[in-house]
Amino acid sequence: MIRVVLPAHLRSLAGIQGEVTLDVPGPVTQRSVLDALEARYPALSGTLRDQVTAERRAFIRFFACREDLSHESPDAPLPAAVASGDEPFLVIGAIAGG
Amino acid sequence: MSGVRLLVGTRKGAFVLTSDAKRDRWDLSGPHFAGWEIYHAKASPADPERIYASQSSGWSGQVVQRSSDGGKTWEVVGNKFAYQGTPGTHQWYDGTPHPWEFKRVWHLEPSLTDPDTVYAGVEDAAIFRSTDGAQTWQELPGLRNHASGPHWQPGAGGMCLHTIILDPSDPKRMFIAISAAGAFRTDDGGETWKPINRGLHSGFMPDPAAEVGHCVHHVAMHPSRPGVLFMQKHWDVMRSDNAGDLWTEVSGNLPTDFGFVIDVHAHQPDTIYVVPITSDALHYPPDGKLRVYRSRSGGNEWEPLTRGLPQSDCYVNVLRDSMSVDSLDPCGVYFGTTGGQVYASADAGDNWTPIVRDLPAVLSVEAQTLE
Repeated sequence: MIRVVLPAHLRSLAGIQGEVTLDVPGPVTQRSVLDALEARYPALSGTLRDQVTAERRAFIRFFACREDLSHESPDAPLPAAVASGDEPFLVIGAIAGG
Repeated sequence: MSGVRLLVGTRKGAFVLTSDAKRDRWDLSGPHFAGWEIYHAKASPADPERIYASQSSGWSGQVVQRSSDGGKTWEVVGNKFAYQGTPGTHQWYDGTPHPWEFKRVWHLEPSLTDPDTVYAGVEDAAIFRSTDGAQTWQELPGLRNHASGPHWQPGAGGMCLHTIILDPSDPKRMFIAISAAGAFRTDDGGETWKPINRGLHSGFMPDPAAEVGHCVHHVAMHPSRPGVLFMQKHWDVMRSDNAGDLWTEVSGNLPTDFGFVIDVHAHQPDTIYVVPITSDALHYPPDGKLRVYRSRSGGNEWEPLTRGLPQSDCYVNVLRDSMSVDSLDPCGVYFGTTGGQVYASADAGDNWTPIVRDLPAVLSVEAQTLE
């Protein structure tokens, strides 16, 4: 199972309590994890990736295993510890005030 | 029992205020969508329990919410706003070409007759329509593809389509306004659009009377007289008696003709309201006095309405979608400020009361009269 941690405003939007756990078929990549996340919670569509271009939104970052994965290819394999469920895939909102 | 429901959008969520017809006691619910910017929320005239709300944030983009029970519960609906075809470019602030990029929905205008049909005015400027209760959106590309489109440019708040007016006497006619392109009208249901800016004069433009480029802040119409439009432009309050074909200035004796809101009395089509703001550099009322100005003659002659409004040390702004009227008798008038107050008058503007004082900055106010 893949573990995903979302910022509070997105947990609230999608009615999520705590961590999300997902079954991700096939290779575990940013794209496959986010596709599975949006399939489970359609309210999140467009909030992490642009609805039209499917690119990561500018003020959203992805981290795992203390590494910034935001600029990795969406089709690159995520770390083994994420694929095994030992470490969560972290979605972080930029610290941008407001 | 009749009453009023106010839908208030703010920088940090939506609030719903309700009252009976006396309009002297208000109950507040919210914040709904706490922490998100709510540019606009509006109910369907065809089904008063159906409400659409535009929810957005700099982090997570655009979300559209729909309620089927008058705002008690909400569901997330479609947020895919894809420009049709290759979007092309408009002008950036410095005059260079800039790609059209969807940023947010500024205004949602439900159909007058079908609760599942709703229009969205977006930034960068375009109009979208949904006919399935906001699950899916289709652009009406004839507007953005108007020959003048590559010359449109953003105002300070972005290149937003902020005003959509549906003509109750002609389902094929709509009016829209864009900062800073100007006003446009369609007479064929949104297939084709024509600029309706003749008579506008904008001193900041190389050609002050150009066909497009005017920073229209808001337009209002009385449903009984759909050919008559009132406009608060960046500077100047304007009136058209021929559906926008020609505008004349009606600023008259206003202390300043800069401002954002304009609205029309529910029962007196020649009674209109504005809130003068000092200037484009000074986005607060003149002399620290928050005054609504009312004209009973469709413009030119204006009277200040001050009872109950702060008359010293007031430096808030009133943004373009933040004034609304109910249709009770006497007509109720409402407006919200960037200081988080919502002021209400249950007597057409003679007396005002802050019905809530400490909300986040108010972006929009819509009054809904409940039967």
